[in-house]
Amino acid sequence: MTDRVRVSAIINGEPVEFLCEPRQSLLECLRDILGLTGAKEGCNDGNCGACSVLLNGRLVHSCLVLGVEIQGQEVTTIEGLAHWDGLSLLQEAFVAEDALQCGYCTPGMIIAAKALLDREPNPSEERIRSWLAGNLCRCTGYDRIVRAVRSAATALAKSREEVSR
Amino acid sequence: MSRKNTVRATQGAEGYTVVGTRPPRVDAPDKVAGHAIYGPDVALPRMAYGKILRSPHAHARIRSIDTRQAEAMPGVYAVVTAKDLSEVADRIGRVGESSVNFKFLCDNNLASDKVLYMGHAVAAVAASSPHVAEDALKLIKVDYEPLPPVTDVLEATREGAPLLHEGMLTKSLGGLGERPSNIASHIQHLKGDPAQGFAEAEVIVEREFRTATVHQGYLEPHAATADWSPDGFLTLYTTTHGSFDARAQVAEPLDCPLSKIRVIPTEVGGAFGGKNISYVDVAAALLARKAGRPVKVTMSRAEVLLASGPTSGSVMHLKIGAKRDGRLTAAKAELFYEAGAYPGSPVGSGAYCIFACYEIPHGQIDGYDVVVNKPKTGPLRAPGATQTAFAMETLLDELAEKLGMDPIELRLRNVAHEGTLLITGNRHYSIGAEEVLRATYNHPHYQAPLGGPHRGRGVAFAYWGNWGARSSAILNVNDDGTLALVTGSVDITGTRTSLAMQAAEVLGLPLTRIRSAVGDTDAMGHSDTTGGSRTTMATGIAVVEAANDVIAQMKGRAAQLWGLSAEKVTYKRGVFRASTPGGMQEMSFAELAGQVSATGGPVRGKSDVNIRKWGGAFGAHIVDVEVDPETGKVRILRYTAVQDVGRAIHPGQIEGQIQGAVAQGIGWALYEGYAYDAQGQMLNANFLDYKIPTMLDVPPIEAVIVEVPWPEHPFGVRGVGEVPIVPPPAAIANAIYRATGTRLAELPMTPERILQGMGVI
Repeated sequence: MTDRVRVSAIINGEPVEFLCEPRQSLLECLRDILGLTGAKEGCNDGNCGACSVLLNGRLVHSCLVLGVEIQGQEVTTIEGLAHWDGLSLLQEAFVAEDALQCGYCTPGMIIAAKALLDREPNPSEERIRSWLAGNLCRCTGYDRIVRAVRSAATALAKSREEVSR
Repeated sequence: MSRKNTVRATQGAEGYTVVGTRPPRVDAPDKVAGHAIYGPDVALPRMAYGKILRSPHAHARIRSIDTRQAEAMPGVYAVVTAKDLSEVADRIGRVGESSVNFKFLCDNNLASDKVLYMGHAVAAVAASSPHVAEDALKLIKVDYEPLPPVTDVLEATREGAPLLHEGMLTKSLGGLGERPSNIASHIQHLKGDPAQGFAEAEVIVEREFRTATVHQGYLEPHAATADWSPDGFLTLYTTTHGSFDARAQVAEPLDCPLSKIRVIPTEVGGAFGGKNISYVDVAAALLARKAGRPVKVTMSRAEVLLASGPTSGSVMHLKIGAKRDGRLTAAKAELFYEAGAYPGSPVGSGAYCIFACYEIPHGQIDGYDVVVNKPKTGPLRAPGATQTAFAMETLLDELAEKLGMDPIELRLRNVAHEGTLLITGNRHYSIGAEEVLRATYNHPHYQAPLGGPHRGRGVAFAYWGNWGARSSAILNVNDDGTLALVTGSVDITGTRTSLAMQAAEVLGLPLTRIRSAVGDTDAMGHSDTTGGSRTTMATGIAVVEAANDVIAQMKGRAAQLWGLSAEKVTYKRGVFRASTPGGMQEMSFAELAGQVSATGGPVRGKSDVNIRKWGGAFGAHIVDVEVDPETGKVRILRYTAVQDVGRAIHPGQIEGQIQGAVAQGIGWALYEGYAYDAQGQMLNANFLDYKIPTMLDVPPIEAVIVEVPWPEHPFGVRGVGEVPIVPPPAAIANAIYRATGTRLAELPMTPERILQGMGVI
């Protein structure tokens, strides 16, 4: 059996330590070792985006990152977006705009959208579409997802205004 | 024919408070939070991971399988092969008529004597981790005798083609063929005298069409987790359309009574028909039994494409004749559908649907179910109908052009109505075909300017049936007046919401009072699969009956409290009332719910139904495309989909179904298709090379809801989810023709084929 490696990282704001095989992907570590099954496996080769997470704030396919690579790094998964007092504005926008059906692509879609809104608070429809083109959805026809991201951008801008006041 | 109906836009339904509104889906918060548990998310204590060894050959005899080395590997808990499917040979006698199917069912789970497609399962391993299981697969030695494969449906029908099943004789028109053949069956429908019909025709059009094998393309791979109790009871967590069907598909190969298997359906990450057939359930159950611990088997993306159940590629010869005024006089179709490795393509439903939109006096349909060295096909959203609509609706477009008629006017001239006798011998009951065509013709999109060169507009029309079958619903009244609705129907498309809305409407209570859930096979009455667009309609009938049952029981309780007979009690909008000698009595639903324990125990409404009347619905699509004359790339500029939904319970979810189906249809039309080499090796078993539409490929799609209520449902619901996959390839082909002058008769319509058609390459 392969030797296991100890990895320490910050996941969703909490320090975490775990043992993994060097060949295990971050996605496997999240799902099979840490019980964080929000990130999904749709293809395991970086073509569907269902496993999207943020690594130090940067959007990555967790199926293409090794678990050992997150030593000392910060990871945000879909489980890190909602807080004790409810869903994040972005998640609420997906619910309100009916931007999901089966929901399997949704965690990855929301994480990818968060990565966009974190760097560009007011993206155009074209920008949203090209940013999210790597996240496949077979159920919705995509338009409501675009609308949800637009409406989240508006809601986030409003909440930032309120905070600054 | 005139019949009262409503044709209107999507806003709320008259006379209803819940039906026709757009509440958030009840499953959405769990899904956006990443908490929903799908098939691959299940984890149990002591769980092992299963992996499946798959054939590298498209066609080969299995001489032997040596699993000893794999079994001896540390971390491996169990290895299984077809030998673990106990006494298949002995059981064939007992299962009688379905003996052939039974062997096929077993063999598709784990091949016994032959492998019939690349990716065919031959053995499975359970181990401490997925990687250990994969390592162990490499230690299994399979001695294959490779055989020549056949993957083309027409080649497979030819004399001398490699035979997949050496003993298989063609079932044809009630008899059996004399020599073994890859044609599993031949069906025929005949109406009137086709020769006479074509003789009467003034214009005849004829063409051969081909469609590629395409996959449902759900994002969630198949996954099952099996757990046996020491006394031989199996609990199976699986991602499926139908938990009862999954149970049956495990019970048969394991020779296990149904009472010993409990199927708990997980959240389903997309299915589109593809999760009706079990692909990993049996392997998980066998491995778990042998390993003495729970085992989860999850497919990889490659396995999903190679070894689940895509829909048939097809070759179709089609001929139609008409008078100069556009009236159809005759139609003839010959349909060759790939079944994949084992018999059972949807050629029957393709045949049923091909001419179902129209009134045609004479016609003949011949359908052939042909086995080829590809995975066994499975249902895909309106199985078989998209292929035939591609043929019929593009040929009608050609006819319209020859006649100099507007394509929708041509369809209106021939449109089917209630009472129309189809070539298949069936008669349409209540339908809204003409209403859909008129709404399409009158939509602003149809007359809007195209606005540029290299652009074209296409239309297509389609029919799909609406299954009824068995459904089971219970509605538990809690002491605080809230309710739990549980049905046996797996929620594939948002039915927890659309069913709870129907209960809320009947009960006159806010939707938020009702928790909606899916029950397992021990808890619920037999519920047929969520397919055939049946759940909001058929399970909806059960839910409405269960809600009426709750009201009747609650009236009885109120009557007890007030010392009256139950018929004296009225109920409206959450309040029970009765006039008693002491004056008017009144009690809210919640108040009464708090007293049900004192009046005879809990109140639980229930209903179990078997809906035998089949309905049907129609959709018409308009699409504008732009074709780049240099690259052949097709851009979808505008898309409008009009559909009769009977009664829209949740218009938002209906629009979502239509938009998603159109996106899937765009993929089928333009990009998708299994690619095989001469050795039967699939060349594109991944999401890079099997391209499904992305956010950049699909424009906003306008869904237009027409409501011609279905008389058999209390609110008039018709099935919705499947109809809208049927027209897109034909509509897009017609638009490409108008843009380029090139009639494409083969799917997918790739840039290469378009440029070839245009004579550019």
